Amino acid sequence: MSEAADTGQVDLYAAKINKFKLQDMVFHKTTLLFAFVVLVALAGILATLTIEAMPALKSFGPSFLWANVWSVPDDQYGALIAIYGTLVTSAIALLIAVPVSFGIALFLTETCPVWLRRPLGTAIELLAGVPSIVYGIWGLFVFVPLFAKHVQPMLQKVLGDVPVVGGWFAGPPIGIGILTAGIVLSLMVIPFIASVMRDVFDTVPPVLKESSYGMGCTTWEVVWNIVLPYTRVGVIGGIMLGLGRALGETMAVTFVIGNANRIVGSLFAPGTSIASTLANEFGEADPGLHISSLFALGLVLFVITFVVLAISRWLIKRGVAKQGI
Amino acid sequence: MFERSILPGEGVALQVRDLNFYYGDFKGLKDINLDIAKNKVTAFIGPSGCGKSTLLRTFNRMYDLYPGQRAEGEIMFNGKNLLDKKQDVNLVRAKIGMVFQKPTPFPMTIYENIAFGVRLYDKLSGSEMNDRVEWALKKAALWDEVKDKLQQSGLSLSGGQQQRLCIARAVAVKPEIVLLDEPTSALDPISTAKVEELVSELTEDYTIAMVTHNMQQAARISNYTAFMYLGEMIEFGKTDELFVKPKVQQTEDYITGRFG
Repeated sequence: MSEAADTGQVDLYAAKINKFKLQDMVFHKTTLLFAFVVLVALAGILATLTIEAMPALKSFGPSFLWANVWSVPDDQYGALIAIYGTLVTSAIALLIAVPVSFGIALFLTETCPVWLRRPLGTAIELLAGVPSIVYGIWGLFVFVPLFAKHVQPMLQKVLGDVPVVGGWFAGPPIGIGILTAGIVLSLMVIPFIASVMRDVFDTVPPVLKESSYGMGCTTWEVVWNIVLPYTRVGVIGGIMLGLGRALGETMAVTFVIGNANRIVGSLFAPGTSIASTLANEFGEADPGLHISSLFALGLVLFVITFVVLAISRWLIKRGVAKQGI
Repeated sequence: MFERSILPGEGVALQVRDLNFYYGDFKGLKDINLDIAKNKVTAFIGPSGCGKSTLLRTFNRMYDLYPGQRAEGEIMFNGKNLLDKKQDVNLVRAKIGMVFQKPTPFPMTIYENIAFGVRLYDKLSGSEMNDRVEWALKKAALWDEVKDKLQQSGLSLSGGQQQRLCIARAVAVKPEIVLLDEPTSALDPISTAKVEELVSELTEDYTIAMVTHNMQQAARISNYTAFMYLGEMIEFGKTDELFVKPKVQQTEDYITGRFG
């Protein structure tokens, strides 16, 4: 082989390598750009919310957060009513959805007959895909009348005279209200939490389950003592996913919460949440303090969601460190 | 084909009679008959897929967890047929413990790994429980290595330690029989030696049935050996005799490595 041919070969390789390098770089930069878009969007939303919310925050100061007033005629605004509604409806939703989802996931992974497993799993996933406005319509026209006629009077009859608890179920049984919104929300988040729980329960190695059954454990003991601790991180993740959805849910809540700007101790009373206040009032809000206060509410929701996420991350991290898993 | 009786004078922990096992339509075990001697080690050897693990898993009805798997025949344990539908399966498993091929510590502390199983069937006071945990860990020759870190996760131990933890967990509930399914196949030689030593010592209190791929291991630590092939019990006898002069040609081929 002559020397000239040799160098020719080398040049050819060098050119190829350079071409690969260029392709790699272009690819790298492009994906970087895509990833960056997320950050830019996040920062943009936060900046816009803050800027638009400024007039309200300046005018009312930090007391905006705990002022129990939302009056358009007086041009006085505070976030407490909406925050209260958001947190209470979400808490009710989780209180119902977590145990039910746990039961669904337990049934699907441990005790369900094989032939039922797939159809049932698919049904739950389909439930997650139902648009929220459908839940809202169903809630208002089907659930609310039934709830007002049958469930609320019964609750009042049974729990009405119990101190403290009775107060939660006081007032006229009109169907719509905080409790109803919480229940409808729970139906909406159950498929999310249940399908995450089922997926993480499925990740438990069969031999680990066998060894606990091998000790003489019942199915319940296996799930409660082995499966749940083993999948704790994923389960918390699933619950937080549900909570995130419950906090921000707009349409379904707007339909059934009653949209009343006041805080009443009773769960039967109508109230409002941050998302439903925004949805209701944006259309006809006057420029100035009203609009700005709505933006401030949006900012509050953003922060609440962020804090929930941060706390869940922290919980997971702490749990991992403690258990050494 | 072979003599299944064990020496006169030995107690019998399990009597297997005409046992057939099915995975759906596939017959995994064919007419198995054998006795498991009390306070002895019985080893099951044979090529992969011969049914030795399947047989072991009928002894504590582990197959019950899986739809489509069923056993027919008799396994007598303390005068009752284990396979009887009316037999409480959790109680069986508390009396017949099992250790698996891969170490499976529970996701909890070392202490809790032991105490968990005990608590299922016994109500012990705090100090009694401490004693039981120490006793079990000493039985499994693990106490000295973990006594200062009982509150750490069971998963923080090495593979060999984890396996001994699983053995400690199994003996802690004071079963009558301990089933070992290839207990050393995932361990290094030193850990293997420790577990083997342990198995011999455990026969003072327990009956051991173990599946192993390692013929030397069977020869070293078992009193009785069963050779299985394609779901059938080919030969069963005292380990010394089976390894020195097997009665069946297939057994001889297998233990001398001439298996085709």
